Amino acid sequence: MSYAISANRLSDGAVVFLGQNGWVESLASAEIFAQREAAEAALGERAHADARRNLIIEPLIFDIRARDGVIEASHIREAIRAKGPTIRPDLGKQAVR
Amino acid sequence: MYRYDEFDAGFVADRVAAFRDQVARRLVGEMTEEQFRPHRLMNGLYLQLHAYMLRVAIPYGTLNARQMRKLAHIARRYDKGYGHFTTRQNLQYNWPSLIDTPAILEELASVEMHAIQTSGNCIRNVTADHFAGAAADELEDPRPYAEILRQWSSIHPEFTFLPRKFKIAVTGAVRDRAAIQVHDIGYQIVQNEKGVTGFAVYVGGGQGRTPLIAVKIRDFLRKEDLLAYTQAIVRVYNLEGRRDNKYKARIKILLHEKGADWMRAAVETEFANASRDFIELPSKEIARIQDYFAPPKFRKFAGPSENFESRRESDPKFAAFASTNVDAHQQPGYGIVTISLKPIGGIPGDASADQMDIVADLAERFGHDEIRVSHEQNLVLPHVALDDIVTVFDALAKSNLATANAGLISDIIACPGLDYCSLATARSIPVAQRISERFGEGARAREIGDLKIKISGCINACGHHHVAHIGILGLERKGVETYQITLGGSGDETCSLGTLTGPGFSSEEIVDAIERIVDRYLLVREEASEDFLTVYRRIGMGPFKDALYQTNVGADI
Repeated sequence: MSYAISANRLSDGAVVFLGQNGWVESLASAEIFAQREAAEAALGERAHADARRNLIIEPLIFDIRARDGVIEASHIREAIRAKGPTIRPDLGKQAVR
Repeated sequence: MYRYDEFDAGFVADRVAAFRDQVARRLVGEMTEEQFRPHRLMNGLYLQLHAYMLRVAIPYGTLNARQMRKLAHIARRYDKGYGHFTTRQNLQYNWPSLIDTPAILEELASVEMHAIQTSGNCIRNVTADHFAGAAADELEDPRPYAEILRQWSSIHPEFTFLPRKFKIAVTGAVRDRAAIQVHDIGYQIVQNEKGVTGFAVYVGGGQGRTPLIAVKIRDFLRKEDLLAYTQAIVRVYNLEGRRDNKYKARIKILLHEKGADWMRAAVETEFANASRDFIELPSKEIARIQDYFAPPKFRKFAGPSENFESRRESDPKFAAFASTNVDAHQQPGYGIVTISLKPIGGIPGDASADQMDIVADLAERFGHDEIRVSHEQNLVLPHVALDDIVTVFDALAKSNLATANAGLISDIIACPGLDYCSLATARSIPVAQRISERFGEGARAREIGDLKIKISGCINACGHHHVAHIGILGLERKGVETYQITLGGSGDETCSLGTLTGPGFSSEEIVDAIERIVDRYLLVREEASEDFLTVYRRIGMGPFKDALYQTNVGADI
């Protein structure tokens, strides 16, 4: 099991992921944490700090897995957040690709 | 319809200005999210899965063409070209940015709309029969009273921090299309033995995780006492309602924990003791508000509409539309047209900005500038001359708005579910889409007849599954979506809550499961006019359970 960190951007609510150098819009560019402890530390030190700097809101850790070499969220809720509504492939991040 | 006076306009403009200031302070960090969140919610702005969501109030589901065009404009300019009409007769935008929200609210204010009290523990948007002022079975238009309640409850200082949210519904008809018995307060306009109209008062209904049917606490309330009595109910709730547990904080829990007799006595005592200063509703004031809702100037028609009748005879598609989507109007020569937002395989309640504009145009040209939003997530043109319905139908058909399925199995209520909602545990919309595709709007759907399927994506029950003839509740079990089925619910005047059939079904299984129930119904009904709910109430759960779980195969039915 690996982990990533997600939040919503304060200004527009868009789903963002914690990357190596700040917040990114695609799960593929997110920083992957192999250990839960490392993810917890990043949540506390970096994500909550960015929440205090008014960049993002509601940061959280979620489980990820690799399928056919592609990183995806293990749980359907986060998978939908990472892609967009399943009933509107023209909307959300999935529409950009 | 009601028009803002100087006070209303000033109040809404002040709120927009205040929120603009709050957003600016939030963006530069002068307010923390914890400080800002209550302000955001008080202006209808939630955070959902993908983005913010703005819930716009449509008081008692009534709006005009200008307002609908503004909703379309906002969808295009600030959102992604569509809006979602909800089971609370409201509209939700799924993608607004925080930065744009003050501008959106300003646009709404320019057409006398807002998003105030669409969230929070206050008295929410008052809902009403979507056929109000038009239905043939109506005693009196309930909207003036809904408007009076709206004015009275807007930022009412005493009732801004209730134990939990509070929903009021009003109907003036014999048939309850407003589901008043599953609201915190339901008012039904009735006539007493002297021929005077007033209200029957229902209290303590609701859906959510603890569904309960309201109790009638008064057979007749004078109209003059509408606000005093409402104040008494909400006051008792505000003082006695539980605040220790948000899941037990609604008035329905208070009523059912303490009993109907206690509630009745507490309300009557409060009602008798409270001062009537400022709150007695003089008949002059009722009449003043009623003027806003005066019926339009209807045309007089000598006989049946030849236009309508000849098209009905020659065009089966129009005939199907006329039978399901046109209801009896109180005015001869007129009909009530339901515009289904349930195209086969579509997303229940969604309308594109272009579709909103089309509906606005038709309302203006043929519908006395009136549009309604139904809690069943459809739109309604309440006053259309039968002579004009053919033209309206043709225009709707060009915009994929003429699906002839109002009240049929594919006219499904579905909450946004896990595709959008941060509370949801499973998706609702894809299930609705697949059921709709399975049964369609054609001969099979018409053969099945009146059947209400309602789907919620979590136990909060925004999809009204408890009062569905066939209810579907989406849950999560070990990370997988699973769907429970309830049967026999109804939100009308014969209100009942659905009963759970048994173990749930996977997403792959759920549509076949629904079909087994429907097939069993077709097999056991005594005649084509015996609808699903009637059959269920006659024969009970057993035969449906057998069909659903394939037990008792081969046994006599």
